[in-house]
Amino acid sequence: MGVGGRGGRGAAVQGRQSALTRRRLLGAAGLLGAGLVAPRLAGAAPRQVLTVAAFPLIDKIVEAALPHWQRLHPDVDIQVISRQYQDHHTAMTTALSTSVLLPDVMALEVSYVGRFAQGGGLEDLARPPYDVARLRPRFVPYAYDQAVARSGAVVAVPADIGPGTMLYRADILARAGVGEADLTRTWESYIAAGQRIRAATGAYLIAHVGQIKDIALRDGIRPGDGLYFDADSNVLVTQPRFVRAFELAREVRRQKLDAKVAAWSNEWAEGFKRGTLATELSGAWLVGQLGTWIAPATSGLWRAAQFPQGAFAGYGGAFYAMPRRADPARKALAWDFIQLMTLNRTLQFAAFKAQDAFPALLETHDDPFFEQPLPFLGGQKARLLWRDAARHIVATRVHKQNGFADEVVGTELDNVLNRDKPIPQALADAQALLERRARR
Amino acid sequence: MIPSLSPRWAPYVFISPFLLLFAVFGVFPLCFSLYLAFQSWEPTSGLGAMQFVGLENFSFALGDAWFWKSLKNTGVLALASGVPQHLAAIPLAVFIHTHVRWLRDGVVGAYFLPYITSTVAIAIMFSSLFSTDYGLVNVALSALLGGSHIDWLGEPLGIKAAIALIVFWRYLGFNMVLYLAALQTIPKDLYEAASIDGASGWQQFWHITLPSIRPMVYFGVTLSVVGGLQLFEEPFILTGGRGGVDQAGMTAAVYLYRMAFDFNDFGGASAMAWLLFLVVVGLTWLTNRAFRPRGGGAA
Repeated sequence: MGVGGRGGRGAAVQGRQSALTRRRLLGAAGLLGAGLVAPRLAGAAPRQVLTVAAFPLIDKIVEAALPHWQRLHPDVDIQVISRQYQDHHTAMTTALSTSVLLPDVMALEVSYVGRFAQGGGLEDLARPPYDVARLRPRFVPYAYDQAVARSGAVVAVPADIGPGTMLYRADILARAGVGEADLTRTWESYIAAGQRIRAATGAYLIAHVGQIKDIALRDGIRPGDGLYFDADSNVLVTQPRFVRAFELAREVRRQKLDAKVAAWSNEWAEGFKRGTLATELSGAWLVGQLGTWIAPATSGLWRAAQFPQGAFAGYGGAFYAMPRRADPARKALAWDFIQLMTLNRTLQFAAFKAQDAFPALLETHDDPFFEQPLPFLGGQKARLLWRDAARHIVATRVHKQNGFADEVVGTELDNVLNRDKPIPQALADAQALLERRARR
Repeated sequence: MIPSLSPRWAPYVFISPFLLLFAVFGVFPLCFSLYLAFQSWEPTSGLGAMQFVGLENFSFALGDAWFWKSLKNTGVLALASGVPQHLAAIPLAVFIHTHVRWLRDGVVGAYFLPYITSTVAIAIMFSSLFSTDYGLVNVALSALLGGSHIDWLGEPLGIKAAIALIVFWRYLGFNMVLYLAALQTIPKDLYEAASIDGASGWQQFWHITLPSIRPMVYFGVTLSVVGGLQLFEEPFILTGGRGGVDQAGMTAAVYLYRMAFDFNDFGGASAMAWLLFLVVVGLTWLTNRAFRPRGGGAA
């Protein structure tokens, strides 16, 4: 009843109206079509669009490089798809798993490079026509090696790196009568310096002992091994380096030298602002974060040094990769884009200056820019220090369960620190838990 | 000519937007996760990389210490936040029903407000309140009771207490509104008759109010059981998505999310999701057994 009857009459009236409208529309479309076709007939090529998926700061770096790209490829536009860090990597996981909405180029943070390298979703850039291996000598070695999968495939090209550094408050050290060498000589001297700092100034040596554990357990990794697993997926967490790292962390906690605050928490930021944290073990990029929003008022009070006991570690880094199932017609362009972003000295410097993206490209490292003093670090020429650190860092094999192992080892350290669990027992429990997963 | 819509098909056309959305965002994910629960899959290799592994994911989940730990966390948090919700919401609803006349809607709205506030905003606000050195909670406790600051979000017990408190605060108003609606359906004659017979206020509450709102208690408790076992947003945001110290805030829903998106194990995560579903079904059935009408259907 109702719907059919009323609809029928209404539809007839509407039909006449829409026929007129349609005729007009067809006419307009014809004119528009003629307008679009005319330039083609006159020889103008259609514009191509290369999609680049990125996360914050990398998106800015790409946008800043667009004028350069346009000079090289005036007929190819770049569409930057920017998402928040976690959303971006989740979106890339989904895109690779379904082969839907794949970008031509994706930026990846180093921990995801290791993870994605386990699967076959990224183009192997070691193969022709890319032959990325010929470019290896041009990059910081550890950065390039981080993109090498177990199969030998190279799944990404490094753009920037995060050399690890120890930042310390020179004013707090001076009040405690502690020198830089006391902090860096050995882990024991670092802890002894922390006791003097705590006694003389009340400041904590470090925000959380977990930072010490993360660095110390890297000391003694055998060639070919990963942090937690060897090449055959055997679990390594009962090795002496883990015992040593746990003992150091426990000692610092027993001496009440850490503030027990997690990185990026409110207390952590307040600790920097109020001068209650004397040192921080992190990536060199933290200097930019401290100077711009975490604790800009402390400018000039900080200095940088290498980690205690000659340890070196990387903290993050960005790469560019190509999905294997991306549109083959644009892969050559995508490769051009990746080379531009990773091998162009001017662009690498622009990113370094604007976004603190420490270049992975070695040929930028001899520039006088590295010798410029940093006002936030009291005029210290710290980039030279970080350049040296970058060359000493060794890439470790990434296992697909690395993320889980991080959690398990961190949890067992908490058990040692908070519940007095014996270290051998804690590491044995971690070993048992990881062995169930190692070959999943 | 625009074709007319026959009465026979019109209902289907009108309901189709919902059905389509439900099929895409409801039925398909359910079926896909059931399929995934029997597969081993490295997601970045594409859909073709799935391998059938039978019940391996389920046996892995049942033998996984962290899965049991997350289930235990879920149970503790569901009880610690769910039971007080109802124990507080019923007397609160009775009090508002019997004593609050002026600005009644405003009072009810104020209690209901946390329920419709963004979880993210709530979690950010509470993480500031629970901050060890600079949070208002510790400042207030120190001023009132003295003693050292509690490391709310750095101690396993503190994390659980903070999450339970947020969930309690958030859903108290929702349950209160449910009970208020139920109270309004109880005939006043019952109370008048009871008063004439000399029943005290407590006896009226115990013998008239509580039995009358029993169906609503069943409804409210069922929602709390289902919601409590699926608790995700509050612990996820409050612990930065990692579950907190000793995974004390890692509920089963948080853990299976992390299994998939942090640890790349979609098959294991799907198996855990279906095991959690069985737990939800089992506990909902027990709730039904506890609250269903007894003795020939009398409420």
